[in-house]
Amino acid sequence: MTLKEVQDILEAEVLVGRDQLQKPVRTAFAADLMSDVLAFAKPDSLLLTGLTNPQVVRTADILDITAIILVRGKKPSEETVKLAEELKIPILSTRYILFETSGRLHAKGITGCIEKVGGEM
Amino acid sequence: MQLETLVRELKLKVSCAEGSIKRDVKGGYVGDLLSDVMANSKEGDIWITRQVHQNIVAVASLKDLAGIVLIQGSEPAHDTAAKADAEGIPILVTDLPAFEIVGQIYKLIKP
Amino acid sequence: MRESPKFEKSFDVEGGSFQNAGNVSGQIKNILKDLGVSTDIVRRVAIICYESEINIVSYAKKGTITLAVTDNAVKIETKDEGPGIPDIDLAMKEGYSTATAAVREMGFGAGMGLANMKKYSDHLIITSEVGVGTCVKMMVMNFPKLLHPDLPVVTL
Repeated sequence: MTLKEVQDILEAEVLVGRDQLQKPVRTAFAADLMSDVLAFAKPDSLLLTGLTNPQVVRTADILDITAIILVRGKKPSEETVKLAEELKIPILSTRYILFETSGRLHAKGITGCIEKVGGEM
Repeated sequence: MQLETLVRELKLKVSCAEGSIKRDVKGGYVGDLLSDVMANSKEGDIWITRQVHQNIVAVASLKDLAGIVLIQGSEPAHDTAAKADAEGIPILVTDLPAFEIVGQIYKLIKP
Repeated sequence: MRESPKFEKSFDVEGGSFQNAGNVSGQIKNILKDLGVSTDIVRRVAIICYESEINIVSYAKKGTITLAVTDNAVKIETKDEGPGIPDIDLAMKEGYSTATAAVREMGFGAGMGLANMKKYSDHLIITSEVGVGTCVKMMVMNFPKLLHPDLPVVTL
């Protein structure tokens, strides 16, 4: 699936990275705790979150996340957008809640980026 | 759908309040920020979270949530478990991360 | 055996500067990439740097993060002028946190930071003095973890 298809499934608005919608996506990680993301998320996944501060972009950059999906119609701050543009990390915003966002993407074949915890390093 | 069915179908481990798993699950909510869950979850939601401290029981109780699913094998903290048992709030545990367990729950409650 | 590093650099981190938190970690990540360090090691070092940086920003007045790269390992040393940690064993426990509401709103402060630093480093040593500050030394070996258990351990 491409980021464009993710955008369509979630009826999302592309806030950063319109030029990167052809990027492929297979896996995702959903969380509001950035330490949780740092502990478990894998490179080239989608990050689904309700947080909108610049640390979300930093975390995505540290982990080579493909794109950030903000849920519940959340809009990022100006600093967040600026940093995402600088680090070339796409941000999409969907009005669905995290449960619905995860459910819809999972139903279309996106899988969790880890199967379960333990030995994931 | 009953919480009991989700427990059975998804092989969730019942960690607390086993006597209260015959509740109806009307929807789901995922979140690790308690203020968000307080504000936006709905009665009868099953709540998927990474938080383990005892405030999760207070939130679930106040919002009449159907139960709490802890992800990635997280166990409830000691006082969390005691409070959940006392208040009859089921706490279930899965080894899966949020995205994956939510995908499976979604498929069962919104087929 | 103490090897002389082939690359070494220190970075200042300002306490309370939430807006810039992660800046140093981003720089360190790029330096390691440029040095040709393998992707997996870069990722692990970036994660421990970032958690360290968040800790300094969250708790200390100021601090430094020093990166040293040798043939065998990448070392990260952090020093801060913060409150210090009275009980290190307790602080290492996952879920234990003294974070403020501001830190929690950023998505940190859930008591997972030190646990992440330990998880992603091969060696971690914390020394701390209450009222003075905390020093954390971490090392990520520059070869796949557990594959070479017989190789000599490099001192921190």
